[in-house]
Amino acid sequence: MATLEIHDLHVSVDAEGGPREILRGVDLTVKQGETHAIMGPNGSGKSTLAYSLAGHPKYTVTGGTVTLDGEDVLAMSVDERARAGVFLAMQYPVEVPGVSVSNFLRTSATAIRGEAPKLRTWVKEVKEAMERLQIDPSFAERNVNEGFSGGEKKRHEILQLELLKPAIAILDETDSGLDVDALRVVSEGVNRVRESGQVGTLLITHYTRILRYIKPDHVHVFAAGRIAESGGPELADKLEEEGYEAYVKGGASE
Amino acid sequence: MAETIPAGSTTDGVIQVGQPTDARVSAPASYDVADFPVPHGREEDWRFTPLERLRGLHDGTAVADGGVKVEVTAPEGVTVETVGRDDARLGRAGKPVDRVAAQAYSSFEKASVVSVPKETVLTEPVRISVRGEGGTAFGHQVVEVGAFAEAVVVIDHTGDATLAANVEYLIGDGAKLTVVSVQDWDDTAVHAGQHTALVGRDATFKSVVVTFGGDLVRLHPRVVYGAPGGEAELYGVYFTDNGQHQEHRLFIDHDTPHCRSNVAYKGALQGKEAHAVWIGDVLIRAAAEGTDTYELNRNLVLTDGARVDSVPNLEIETGEIVGAGHASATGRFEDEQLFYLMARGIPADEARRLVVRGFFAELVQQIGIPDLEERLIAKIEAELEASVG
Repeated sequence: MATLEIHDLHVSVDAEGGPREILRGVDLTVKQGETHAIMGPNGSGKSTLAYSLAGHPKYTVTGGTVTLDGEDVLAMSVDERARAGVFLAMQYPVEVPGVSVSNFLRTSATAIRGEAPKLRTWVKEVKEAMERLQIDPSFAERNVNEGFSGGEKKRHEILQLELLKPAIAILDETDSGLDVDALRVVSEGVNRVRESGQVGTLLITHYTRILRYIKPDHVHVFAAGRIAESGGPELADKLEEEGYEAYVKGGASE
Repeated sequence: MAETIPAGSTTDGVIQVGQPTDARVSAPASYDVADFPVPHGREEDWRFTPLERLRGLHDGTAVADGGVKVEVTAPEGVTVETVGRDDARLGRAGKPVDRVAAQAYSSFEKASVVSVPKETVLTEPVRISVRGEGGTAFGHQVVEVGAFAEAVVVIDHTGDATLAANVEYLIGDGAKLTVVSVQDWDDTAVHAGQHTALVGRDATFKSVVVTFGGDLVRLHPRVVYGAPGGEAELYGVYFTDNGQHQEHRLFIDHDTPHCRSNVAYKGALQGKEAHAVWIGDVLIRAAAEGTDTYELNRNLVLTDGARVDSVPNLEIETGEIVGAGHASATGRFEDEQLFYLMARGIPADEARRLVVRGFFAELVQQIGIPDLEERLIAKIEAELEASVG
């Protein structure tokens, strides 16, 4: 059973006047089949956590460990992490001109699965996954994220999640910018992957809205670069009523 | 009636009008090199070109010593001749427009004339191999396609040379000519020249210019129309490496009604001091009613230190046209794109390949000659390997 263990993780970014520490000792364990919601105010470092786990070069790990089934994730390159089973659904997916969605998906699936998927079953697999996410078939021939609306980008991220079947899925504010219909479609996609029981989900969000569709097992409040409080789903209800004020006052981000 | 809007190096618009084309050349077109002053580098048409790397082609000091071998392989029915300077078929497509082209015209001793008789439809390409053997040479090539004939011609430049050579394409009424000019030179070669097409009534000219090699390549692909109904498609692919200067200066002279032109050039650049220049001049003269033209230039910068100058110019002297437009953009293969692809398990070198192949794919498919397309893709891969490794 896949387990992602984050221990005392410190991360900084280069800023004017030298490196600035954003993550200040994050401890978290995510097991396959579990869903953890990470909630927090803007600037608390929750997106930094997501990108650091995926290996974005902008972030420098200055301390701590991250392991996936005991393997040192921090020693892996970005593509090695993805092939090891870490998937990041990005808040702002990047446009890649000249690369069609169908070519991208197949190249990615080939890399992740270690062999090229058989063409006939692959075409069917993609077509069905796109239908479930209400993605128009013409998307396959469009360039990756180029000219996509906000909702289309997010559905495209979840399409990849469904096709790549990672061990650990990190969803970085996948709900932001979505209307209710799109939120429902995207959440159903995430739930289909969760129901397999094969994925540990780290759901990063600012709002409690998405938690009506995706029920977390654990809720963590993120503030000032670390987990300030952990609890069950009832913690989200408390945040819904009281907001983040209590956490922001007690030592917020700069 | 033309308004003047400066066209910059990365423009993207429907109709923009640059400086009048005539004002941007240092001298009127002429067959005689003596009619052109020696460029000093500040002229509009020379300002991007490193003159010191032209090895004297621009100032009269280059001396021909042979060293370029031209071989023509043609299917049956095609006439291949080597002719002297006084042959009446030479110089009909248009005069040289800069000093180096005029130097070539004034200096060549023998010209090659490839003729496809009227109504002859070739099933195999004519292949012209220009193989540099280290020397300096001036050349002249004519490709003449008779009325309603159809032909594909591949001109393949390889090896090392200092070459100034012009090519004329004479396309008869209703004829179809596709030309692929490949500049696959060694990285030491210098190649300059003018490729002028005279497009007949209802004739179709398709040009594919592929530039990979050379220390310096500077070409003038040009189109003029002899009668109404002509159509020209000009495609270009270039891959500019470390230290290379590759310059394509296009001109389409719409002086005849109801003609069409479509230009698409795409280039990738990598490495320090890689410099690509694309000039796209389209002139729609007052008489050219019913003109339909579009030109596009896209550049993909793969590494820091490379430079692109992309200057589209559209000058319009009549409003009675079907359409006129251009687009130019230079993009960078960014770290964020690389991260996105790698975050989906795709290794860095494969990610780069994916992007570059995608960038060139639609143009490569335009060539329509399978062995050449394969060679081109292999070449792109090899260029990328050099960058990754």
